[in-house]
Amino acid sequence: MENFIIIPFTVGLIYLTLVLIYRFVKWVRGLSKLDKLRLVQSFKIRRMLRSLKEVFYEGLLHRKIFRKNPVLGYMHMSLAFGWFLLIVLGHIEVMAARRSLLVPFYLPVFFRYFETGTTFFASGIFSFLMDFFLLIVLSGVALAMLKRFKKQLFGMKKTTRLKTGDRMALTSLWLIFPLRLLAEGMSAELYGNGSFLTSSVGHIIGSFSSESTNLVLWTAYSCALGFFFAALPNSRYMHIPTEVLLIFVRNAGIRLKKRNNTYTDIQVFSCSRCGLCLDNCQMAAAGINHAQSVYILKNIRNNNLTDEQLFNCLLCGKCEVDCPVGINTIDLRITQRIESTLQYNSSYNYLEDLPARKASTIYFAGCMTHLTPGIIASMKTLFHMAGENVWFMDEEKAPCCGRPLMLAGQHDAASKLIVNNTRKILGSGAKTLVVSCPICYKVFREDYELGNVEVLFHAEYISRLIREQIILPGKTTTRIVYHDPCELGRGMGMFEPPREVLRATGKVIPVKNEKQMAHCCGGSLGNLKISQQERAVLRNQAVKDYQQYLPDVLATACPLCKKTFARHRGIEVMDIAEIVVSSIRKSAEVVPVKASVKEEAFAEELV
Amino acid sequence: MNRFLPDVLIHTTEMMKNKHVAVIGGGIAGMEAASVLARQGLKVTLVEKQKATGGKLNDWHHLFPDFSSPGVVVENLDKKTVRAGVNVVCHTEISHIERNNGRFELSDQRDVKIFADAVIVASGFHVFDATLKEEYGYGLFSNVITSVDFERRMKKHGKLLTLQGTEPRRVAIIHCVGSRDAKVGNIYCSKVCCITGIKQAIEINKMLPECEVFCFYMDLRLYGSKFDSLYLEAQKRHKIQFIRGRLSEAAERPDKSLQLKAEDTLQGRPLRMNVDLVILLVGMEPALSNSSLMRNNQMKPDENGFFRSVNMHEARNVGTQEGIFMAGTAICPMAVNETLENARSAALEVMNFLRTDKNHGGF
Amino acid sequence: MEDFSFLNPGSRQIDFDNFDDRLLLYVLEYEPSFVTCISCGGCTATCSAGNLTNFNVRKIGLWLRRGETEKLSQEIEKCMFCGKCTLVCPRDINIRNVILLIKKRISELKTENQPV
Ligand SMILES: Cc1cc2nc3c(=O)[nH]c(=O)nc-3n(C[C@H](O)[C@H](O)[C@H](O)COP(=O)(O)OP(=O)(O)OC[C@H]3O[C@@H](n4cnc5c(N)ncnc54)[C@H](O)[C@@H]3O)c2cc1C
Ligand code: SF4
Ligand code: SF4
Ligand code: SF4
Ligand code: SF4
Ligand code: SF4
Ligand code: SF4
Repeated sequence: MENFIIIPFTVGLIYLTLVLIYRFVKWVRGLSKLDKLRLVQSFKIRRMLRSLKEVFYEGLLHRKIFRKNPVLGYMHMSLAFGWFLLIVLGHIEVMAARRSLLVPFYLPVFFRYFETGTTFFASGIFSFLMDFFLLIVLSGVALAMLKRFKKQLFGMKKTTRLKTGDRMALTSLWLIFPLRLLAEGMSAELYGNGSFLTSSVGHIIGSFSSESTNLVLWTAYSCALGFFFAALPNSRYMHIPTEVLLIFVRNAGIRLKKRNNTYTDIQVFSCSRCGLCLDNCQMAAAGINHAQSVYILKNIRNNNLTDEQLFNCLLCGKCEVDCPVGINTIDLRITQRIESTLQYNSSYNYLEDLPARKASTIYFAGCMTHLTPGIIASMKTLFHMAGENVWFMDEEKAPCCGRPLMLAGQHDAASKLIVNNTRKILGSGAKTLVVSCPICYKVFREDYELGNVEVLFHAEYISRLIREQIILPGKTTTRIVYHDPCELGRGMGMFEPPREVLRATGKVIPVKNEKQMAHCCGGSLGNLKISQQERAVLRNQAVKDYQQYLPDVLATACPLCKKTFARHRGIEVMDIAEIVVSSIRKSAEVVPVKASVKEEAFAEELV
Repeated sequence: MNRFLPDVLIHTTEMMKNKHVAVIGGGIAGMEAASVLARQGLKVTLVEKQKATGGKLNDWHHLFPDFSSPGVVVENLDKKTVRAGVNVVCHTEISHIERNNGRFELSDQRDVKIFADAVIVASGFHVFDATLKEEYGYGLFSNVITSVDFERRMKKHGKLLTLQGTEPRRVAIIHCVGSRDAKVGNIYCSKVCCITGIKQAIEINKMLPECEVFCFYMDLRLYGSKFDSLYLEAQKRHKIQFIRGRLSEAAERPDKSLQLKAEDTLQGRPLRMNVDLVILLVGMEPALSNSSLMRNNQMKPDENGFFRSVNMHEARNVGTQEGIFMAGTAICPMAVNETLENARSAALEVMNFLRTDKNHGGF
Repeated sequence: MEDFSFLNPGSRQIDFDNFDDRLLLYVLEYEPSFVTCISCGGCTATCSAGNLTNFNVRKIGLWLRRGETEKLSQEIEKCMFCGKCTLVCPRDINIRNVILLIKKRISELKTENQPV
């Protein structure tokens, strides 16, 4: 028996183990004190079980990929779960054969080579099962090969591009199981220790059978394994062990906090480059194919991220929805933006403390909304109807809310604006702050510390008015398609209040791409690089989709969405506030302001 | 009567009498082209979708640069078309032009069909819908009106009041609304609105000498004969003030006056101004029916959506479909005098075409 | 002493024959739309920062074109990145990116010029 065949495998495995230990220790040590504490505290049975369950479902079964794309899911599952079962079962088999719980670590891997013919308890069943799972893994490998060459079969638009480290790992991975099949087949032919699969393969290659070919095949198999283990840390397959760590760290409640730390690395290394985020990204339609999350993660890892990529993203969050690993692509990207602009945050020392007006409610329209006066006018009407004592905080002068700066990564600068605005809001003694722009809403909710001041999005405020019957919109048969603004929907998880408001005024048509899967209008402030022509492509795509449902009006709840869609000129766009006001007017049989002026202007048109 | 004409010409004239030309659009371009052709002995049908001919001029109060009456222009053109024997069909909007066996078949939404040997498209222009510039508040703030509204109000009431019924003390005239603006998809200049603005500014000053009038412009494009002298007059006699800066947005104050934001670019400082009335100089866009008129033939739009000429210098009236010609603002923005000249040249192109048309003889 | 030589505007006249166009070329490389500005002032009129302080984003563009980097580097600090300017620009210039590029480049040039 030539024991040397285990050497490539063993060397590879030892190298891999050392690298993993080194990296994991480095990553965990690199976490902040608080995060480390969190991690330690998370070592409780219940939490551990939860994490293990997640590892099982996502790391082995790949449930999320399954849901999204069953073929792709099967491929991942057969490889990961199949291999996992081979390892576990292999160990049990060896234990049964040796009647001992302590077995050499390499033996299960090369069992058919070393154990030539002994029969032991249930050996037939074992070899059958081992063959069966080998078959499953092989089917996964076959699919993986197919996917590389014919990605369309998987319903995928794209696969990721490879680099050398990946190529090496990929080749060895592809080789491992076919070689194992051949080696086991050969042994089965020689010693009769196979089952249905390996024996039949053995018959087919029977004419070459000899001890020396057998040795060569097993050595090749060992080399493939060793090679794969050695290549793994520098390839994307590093995601397999890292994802396990990620799950534990994430379940301990650790999050990215606007600066890079080793949690960034853990996430970066967890990306399997499955490419699901590519499929969700609208930017490809406009020919932007270098800035999607998977590339950003890859470039962070390789230390060659450029501003042109980093800032060319709508931050729409669509990629995050389907990432099977649960990587926070948006936080991660914003963090990189923060890091890359650290050198030039502004101080805004020109900001003055302008006096606050005493009021019970504040309305903050936001910069964008000043370019959509229709929304402001409607809000004013609603406040008037509600008899509210409202201070329109940024009617004349107020700094921006700070969110656009944050999207651009200038976090320190944003905090200057936040401090200034906070002082005014608190100074007014208001109980409620109403905003009508999702971009502002997000920052007021997440980054301002406003004590007891309740921050309401106008949809919530209006639906409250409707429920309390302070305003009475008239329900019509108007067909409304509602566009979920990114910052509001995926960004803040607010899907229902705007729909509730709209349902009180007309017929809300459900559409396929809504809520979590809603389009971005293309106007996003998150993208600093995209050209207006490219934005137009995204906008047109979204409008075309909505037009299929023959809406009378496209409703949205974001001034920027409204402005973006209005440029299309082929569809009527209104903010929910405008729709409500016009429906109240209609039901009260008062001619809406908009219509009355138009009539005046066009009445004399020759018919 | 043909004693002095050579035989060939007699023959041609006889032949031309059997030719039928359809003119789409009864604005001044269509009227002029139709009457010129009819006077040459051709059978001409002029189709207009409105109840009467005259096009936009029916709405205008006074014409730049001489403050003459658009009504008189239309009246004269009407007389000419009637005298020349043009068959005028109103209330008919042509939506399709199809070529069959060398002839053209024009149809509308109902079942009106007109057959012709050649077609002139004189469908004119569409006034930019100012509600698309939401930040200017048209349709939302009652004291924001367009230059078209101004003409109509002047024509109807002969005076200019705010919606509250008071005389405005300060008026702002905003140039380039819907023109030269990538945001609305029109990157071209509408050519006549600068001078329209100056004309309207002078009219306001004549009516309300106490009223201050400001023109907010990006560039003053006063290309025509006598346009610059009107500009000079506006400055000298009428104290019109010109501010180089584009309006970014307007907001309504509680008293219904408007706060404007612009930059005085020559000063290099942002400018805030309260005015009682805003007039938006709306631009000219391709007529709404253009795309359906292009659908069943080889006619093509140019980069701005107007009808494409085969050659913008030598054959401006000749469309990309043989046998279809264009006249007036269907080609690009132009003033009344240019429109009329352009229409006459279209008529000439049609005659040349019919005379040399191989399918129907001639030479 | 820090050497900010690239910031020196030189004489009071615009010297077209030799001005420092590094910044301009950099911006044009990454944001070619900047070249189409017609100085209409729409951006300055709407600007959120300009509403609070003396700040003129149109002039930022002009200074960039003329190589007046010193003024530029002080003034550009004031922008709040709100993006309103980009929404009104009749030439569809991606002004927000122009500002990002200028800030980035100035901070890079500052570090490069620092004697080690
Ligand atoms: C605000 C404003 C003020 C102006 N003031 C002046 C001025 O003072 N002086 C001056 O010289 N110029 C002025 N102009 C320019 C002037 O209005 C145009 O030069 C002139 O109207 C062009 O005439 P037209 O026949 O080409 O087009 P139009 O006047 O638009 O006429 C086109 C006609 O075609 C009809 N039509 C369109 N499609 C169809 C169809 N499919 N089937 C049937 N009919 C159809 C329309 O109903 C219309 O009657 C002004 C323009 C504007 C916008
Ligand atoms: S980020 Fe997520 S979805 Fe995208 S490639 Fe990586 S693992 Fe897949
Ligand atoms: S956030 Fe949106 S635009 Fe950015 S990469 Fe993800 S899907 Fe694409
Ligand atoms: S503009 Fe609207 S849809 Fe687009 S990114 Fe912003 S919130 Fe989302
Ligand atoms: S004519 Fe004057 S107002 Fe009209 S688009 Fe041209 S520049 Fe603007
Ligand atoms: S709005 Fe655009 S074109 Fe006008 S000055 Fe600003 S950048 Fe230039
Ligand atoms: S992005 Fe900067 S320059 Fe543009 S409007 Fe906002 S503050 Fe002004």
